[in-house]
Amino acid sequence: MIPASPGGTWGELASSLKQSLDYDQLTNCMRCGFCLPACPTFRETGIEAESPRGRIALMKAVADGLMDPDAAFETQMNHCLGCRACEPACPADVKYGQLLEQARSSIEMHTKTHRWWVKTLRKAAFDGMFPHQGRMRLLGGALQLYQRSGLRKLVRGAGLMRLFPAPMREMEAILPDAAYKGVVEQIGAFHPAKGDRIATVGLFRGCIMDVLFTETNKHTVELLNEAGFDVVIPDAQNCCGALHAHSGEQEGAKSLARRNISAFEAAGVDWIVSNAGGCGALLVEYDHLLHDDPQWSGGAAWFAKRAVDVSKLLVEHGLLQASVQTAVPVGTQGAATARVGASDIGSTASSPAGGEVLAADPGRRGSCGGSNGATPPAAAVEMVRITYQDSCHLRNVMRSSDAPRTLMRSVANAEFIELAESDRCCGSAGIYNLTQPEMAGQILDHKMEQVKRTNAYYLLTSNPGCLLQMKLGIEKHGMSGDMQAVHLVDFLHERICVR
Amino acid sequence: MLQEVIASQLRGIVGEKWFRDDRESLITHSYDGTPMLQSLPDGVIYPENTDQVAAILRLLQQYRVPVVSRGSGTNLCGGTVPVEGGVVMVMHRMNRILEVDLENLTATLQPGLNTKTFISHVEGLGLFYPPDPSSMAISTIGGNIAECSGGLRGLKYGTTKDYVIGLEAVLASGEIIRTGGKLMKDVAGYDLTKLLVGSEGTLAVITEATLKLIPPPKSKKTMLAMYKDLYGAARTVSSIIESRIIPATLEFLDNPTIRVVDDFAKLGLPLDMAAILLIEQDGDPETVERDIARIADICRSENAERVSIAADEAEALKLLTARRSAFTALARLRPTTILEDATVPRSKIAEMVLAINEIAARHRVTICTFGHAGDGNLHPTATTDARDAEEIHRVEAAFEDIFEAAIALGGTITGEHGVGLVKAPFLEWKVGTAGIEVMRAIKLAFDPSNILNPGKIFAKSARKRVVLGRG
Repeated sequence: MIPASPGGTWGELASSLKQSLDYDQLTNCMRCGFCLPACPTFRETGIEAESPRGRIALMKAVADGLMDPDAAFETQMNHCLGCRACEPACPADVKYGQLLEQARSSIEMHTKTHRWWVKTLRKAAFDGMFPHQGRMRLLGGALQLYQRSGLRKLVRGAGLMRLFPAPMREMEAILPDAAYKGVVEQIGAFHPAKGDRIATVGLFRGCIMDVLFTETNKHTVELLNEAGFDVVIPDAQNCCGALHAHSGEQEGAKSLARRNISAFEAAGVDWIVSNAGGCGALLVEYDHLLHDDPQWSGGAAWFAKRAVDVSKLLVEHGLLQASVQTAVPVGTQGAATARVGASDIGSTASSPAGGEVLAADPGRRGSCGGSNGATPPAAAVEMVRITYQDSCHLRNVMRSSDAPRTLMRSVANAEFIELAESDRCCGSAGIYNLTQPEMAGQILDHKMEQVKRTNAYYLLTSNPGCLLQMKLGIEKHGMSGDMQAVHLVDFLHERICVR
Repeated sequence: MLQEVIASQLRGIVGEKWFRDDRESLITHSYDGTPMLQSLPDGVIYPENTDQVAAILRLLQQYRVPVVSRGSGTNLCGGTVPVEGGVVMVMHRMNRILEVDLENLTATLQPGLNTKTFISHVEGLGLFYPPDPSSMAISTIGGNIAECSGGLRGLKYGTTKDYVIGLEAVLASGEIIRTGGKLMKDVAGYDLTKLLVGSEGTLAVITEATLKLIPPPKSKKTMLAMYKDLYGAARTVSSIIESRIIPATLEFLDNPTIRVVDDFAKLGLPLDMAAILLIEQDGDPETVERDIARIADICRSENAERVSIAADEAEALKLLTARRSAFTALARLRPTTILEDATVPRSKIAEMVLAINEIAARHRVTICTFGHAGDGNLHPTATTDARDAEEIHRVEAAFEDIFEAAIALGGTITGEHGVGLVKAPFLEWKVGTAGIEVMRAIKLAFDPSNILNPGKIFAKSARKRVVLGRG
């Protein structure tokens, strides 16, 4: 065996892989190749090793002793986006995502080859930040201070950002305004349903969501109230562990999962709702994550069964679709008009007309966020063209691609245009765009070509990583005057609720 | 490993990036869609044009290095497993549509083009390329040509060979030949075009193809016939053909297949039926209506329990999805799925279905049968586990018996997957000793040093078995 570097050898990695890789899953791959067209990295390169079939063949070769893992093996495992588009395409139902996590977990234990800043970033993120909601808050506060105090201007003016690698520079530029106070600090932990209560849902607030997209979390609560759900936000919850799990930090992911299970069990909820596809995908797989932990497997199964994306809950159980809206389109200048201000929006209608559109039931309530319960008059809403980039994990793991579309199609005065290849990963993939900038950039460029063709004004997404990546794409391709990337929840909130 | 002198010259031809001999590349080109086969090549090369292919072959012939050309490696006969090592030549970079000739209704393209991409392109132009292998979302046109792929529309429209009218190919010597052209008639000498279609990469490397396109059918209708009696279902196939109706699609699914398909796709298929037939007719609306009514009558006269005609496209699509998901669903039953394609004359479908069931029972193996019954092409599919050597042995013995039964009924060992590695030992049963000798002589004429996909089609030794009769 060739020592990789002091303290770790490829030989150790080989034996660790042999132990951790699920040989049944490796055998289940019958190499039919159905996964090839679904795989973004295969599509970009046309190289078999860059496909799920190829990567499984490499894992199996290591497990069979046909090959010793080496730097190329490690690179190839890290090159996968983990979008899991191959799983719905697989006839034999091979759990590719699990195999990838097993491989990466072994690699993480033995690797010495990360670039310095990737290593620093990982350590800071996985151990220092994500597991600690309080520290995430502090980070949000620091970021807020940086963004608002003029420090950002100073740093940019002095050219200090040049000290950072390009992918981080680009991200810094498009990062939304951070918040020191998260959703609970801002609006409290319990929010009763408007009208009759259907069920109680626990909001999974997420760590990045709650720092960078606190408004989206607030909007999620209001939409859920509107749709008939009591919402509780257990404060003891923490990061879902998805970034850990996808990056090979299994133990970190497990301990986070245990804390979340406790927090939501204590809250006694009927559903655990997520508004981030990346988080949601791990939440629904907590049962798998903890399957070999007898003490927690029951709780994990309880949790996984209740975890659901906000769009699916709204479509399948919510009460939003009870009414019609009479809003008249104004402004014929097309899609690229100014974003409609919240105050212009009349969501609830008093006179029935038209077809089935999404609006709150006028009989149930007044305004989503308001307190007086008054029904505002029907007001004009500008016609706007919208399109949607799937969150891979929402689509491929939570298997929910219809619900977001149902919601978008039923919004009044919005024309939904299907984005060609919306089911393909945008290249964000957790921290992939930071660790594999070249491939991520190539994928993003292809994505933006398709996005441009939709001529949409709103590019909606269901996951913070995708949202940031789409913001980056819009910025990089000089489209920021014509298009905005917005979370689906924020768009729905704007169209349905009056703040 | 290739000698460095060869590797460096290969790099010189295609550039550093497009010749690889690292472990990762070798492992990921050691298999194709066939279960249980794996063999490492010595190098992998990705040519960009015909001249590079010619230069590569000249070099490899000089050093007697085997070369396996391949597309996406979806074949099910071991046809692209490099059993004798050498170089795997991946054609993915040669993937352009060179021309769609709207006056001649032909398309000229490079072999690495994805089949579905091509079909979508011509459909966008209002034209029709009927061959539709189930792998078309993945496979390449070059691979389809090399294996002469079939599909669900083979019954009425024929298979790949019926649409290839011209080829450019590179011989083992590196010489470039052109066969056929945009011609509907051409009897100048032996038909090398047809010879190369289905030659499984053993005669030449195809670098360009001219394909025939046809106008698309104006309408189509889909129906489902359900049977309590397996024999009745199979006999219906022969009766329809005998009545001089050629449906576009005529597919058969037996009870175990119906069950797994429904369990997987939740389509509400009739689980109590012994078999179902999925039938589609296309063409002028009046003809379609008339044929579908006649077919429904035939089904009832062969004791179909129920006949249902899809009310609309959505329902038709649901039914076709059921058929297309058969392979998908079966693959979930056990880890290893071995799918074969024994084929018999259409009049013998019923006998063949019974023979497969009897053979499966005798060898105590699970074999589900579905397939393109209308063209006599059945897919008996064993669901098994590659790790259970004893069971695999029984599966292999069962398939030997199935091939023998097919030949006894006047059929063949493969209808659309090719001989490759898997069925090489059985080829002699089908074509006879003299047939093998002629084929060997042809191989020698094209590839005197035997560098093109060696080990395929011609087995070192044939399975010994006396075939008693031909039905």
